[in-house]
Amino acid sequence: MSYFVDKKGYYGEFGGAFIPEMLYPNVKELEENYLKIMQEPSFQKEFQDLLKEYVGRPTPLYFAKRLSEKYNTKIYLKREDLCHTGAHKVNNTIGQILVAKKLGKTRVIAETGAGQHGVATATVCALMGIECVVYMGEVDIARQAPNVARMKMLGAKVVPALSGSRTLKDATNEAIRDWINNPVNTHYIIGSVVGPHPYPDMVARFQSVISEEIKKQLLEKEHTENPDYVIACVGGGSNAAGAFYHYLDDEDVKLIAVEAAGLGINSGESAATSILGKEGVIHGSKTLLMQSKDGQITEPYSISAGLDYPGIGPLHAHLYKSKRAEFISITDAEAMEAGLELCQLEGIIPAIESAHALAVFKMKKFKESDVVVLNLSGRGDKDLDTYVKYFKL
Amino acid sequence: MNRINQKLEVNKKLLSIYFTAGFPKINDTVAIIENLEKSGVDFIEIGLPFSDPLADGPTIQASSTKALDNGMTTEVLFNQIKDIRKTVSIPLIIMGYFNPMMQFGVENFCKKCAEIGIDGLIIPDLPVDEYNDNYKAIFEKHGLINVFLITPQTSLERIQFIDKISDGFIYMVSSASVTGSQNAFGKLQDDYFKRIADLNLKSPQIVGFGISNAETFRQATKYAKGAIIGSAFVKYLDENGVNSIQNFVAGIR
Repeated sequence: MSYFVDKKGYYGEFGGAFIPEMLYPNVKELEENYLKIMQEPSFQKEFQDLLKEYVGRPTPLYFAKRLSEKYNTKIYLKREDLCHTGAHKVNNTIGQILVAKKLGKTRVIAETGAGQHGVATATVCALMGIECVVYMGEVDIARQAPNVARMKMLGAKVVPALSGSRTLKDATNEAIRDWINNPVNTHYIIGSVVGPHPYPDMVARFQSVISEEIKKQLLEKEHTENPDYVIACVGGGSNAAGAFYHYLDDEDVKLIAVEAAGLGINSGESAATSILGKEGVIHGSKTLLMQSKDGQITEPYSISAGLDYPGIGPLHAHLYKSKRAEFISITDAEAMEAGLELCQLEGIIPAIESAHALAVFKMKKFKESDVVVLNLSGRGDKDLDTYVKYFKL
Repeated sequence: MNRINQKLEVNKKLLSIYFTAGFPKINDTVAIIENLEKSGVDFIEIGLPFSDPLADGPTIQASSTKALDNGMTTEVLFNQIKDIRKTVSIPLIIMGYFNPMMQFGVENFCKKCAEIGIDGLIIPDLPVDEYNDNYKAIFEKHGLINVFLITPQTSLERIQFIDKISDGFIYMVSSASVTGSQNAFGKLQDDYFKRIADLNLKSPQIVGFGISNAETFRQATKYAKGAIIGSAFVKYLDENGVNSIQNFVAGIR
């Protein structure tokens, strides 16, 4: 079985490009050019240089000694939290801004939920001197004020999405509408492995630097490229796609995707898309998504703003359906405890998204000899408010 | 012969009206359709509301949200219009996004449309290739015409391809925009309308997006066979209710 995208833009039965005709030329232009551009030596050189000198890659693969002792297994943390801007998101925005430049685009748009992708996009636009417009749900603007301020300082225009539930999915709709209205000069930087083909594949390729580095680093530390497990959280799924990418065909490496259960799978306040979702079409992609019986897309809930997307990338839908990855869902409470535990055992404050992945150690028993790599996708500075309120610090 | 094809043969400029089912009130659907026909409209697009209508501007978004809050669903709509052919004879088209149809079951959806007497479908986010590969046979089995869109950015090659596979008309999007965002058409649109007309396509073209009054209707139909009004009508309904539909239509032509 192949876990990579096919010629028509599908992962198994998921993916495709369910877009209105108005977007056909934009998406077609990208589809015809993204691989060509990414393979150009001049592109690769600029991309690799920026990852090294600007983002700070390679990020460490850190052996978490005290966490390993506690759970009696060997735990390595891939430190994406140490990337410039505080999360893995920038790997993708660096790549896409270079693609946008090669395509001759002079304006960039993006959607953002918690604001991490918006900040990462505003950052690279500032770096390249390109106009940047970020769509963000009105509700999210209110609850993520520091990231809104960051984007503004970086010179981006933040436009509130006022439609629907006024959160991430609506910000995505607004970005798509902007692209329909500005088909010629604008590139849309999608922040996750979602959206119409070729976005899921392009974003996964840009994030695949994560597993490329893990392989090299693990070879040095454990004399093998392959761990027994790779664990990552999944909202749309970009950090997981990057951490899994070079292991997809190594079936002896077990993949664990961690979703946000919110207040509990059956509480009605959850974002566990693989369990609660059904096959459908969202934002141009056929995938699993949370929806009513009538096919209306429903609003997910998680304490973590980066995980409350009603769909998952088509790659992940395929990994779920084919059972290549194990999907585990973690509640708000479990994630918050795991986040605090990492602070106190390792001196690392994780993003609440990444804390969901960390909570797996309480749910699942690993062998003493297992080598487990966990992708620590982001740092928790942006979540201090939530931590403070939750633990009444 | 499908009612749409019959209508396209009539020697006049055609006026089509879009409305969102379930808006302003959940049970307005039949009254709106009947009043539109009485007002002399040539065909009607019944909008099946969706939570995430990404090709639509603010007016149709808001009407969709309200319609869903009012309780509109695919099943409710089909029940409301199950006897519509007893009173209405002009072509009826359902316009909606793909996900609700998928959840109803595409085969089931088409079967239901055929039973009711729906003539065609417009599904903006079901691309031509997906349709050809997976759904064309189902649509044809139930005698439904699928309407495809072209835009000012659509390449000549693709326009010719879309013309070839179209059985009814081509939905010609007036400009690079979502629904409802134009006040008047300029030279750019006029050039585009003429460029398409000069291709002498086999499928008649009906222009949509940005038509709101007599002037834009006249501009849009200078070359094309007809035009569709959506957002402006939805706004009018919201302000004036279903009983003065005649006045709106009379103001167009």
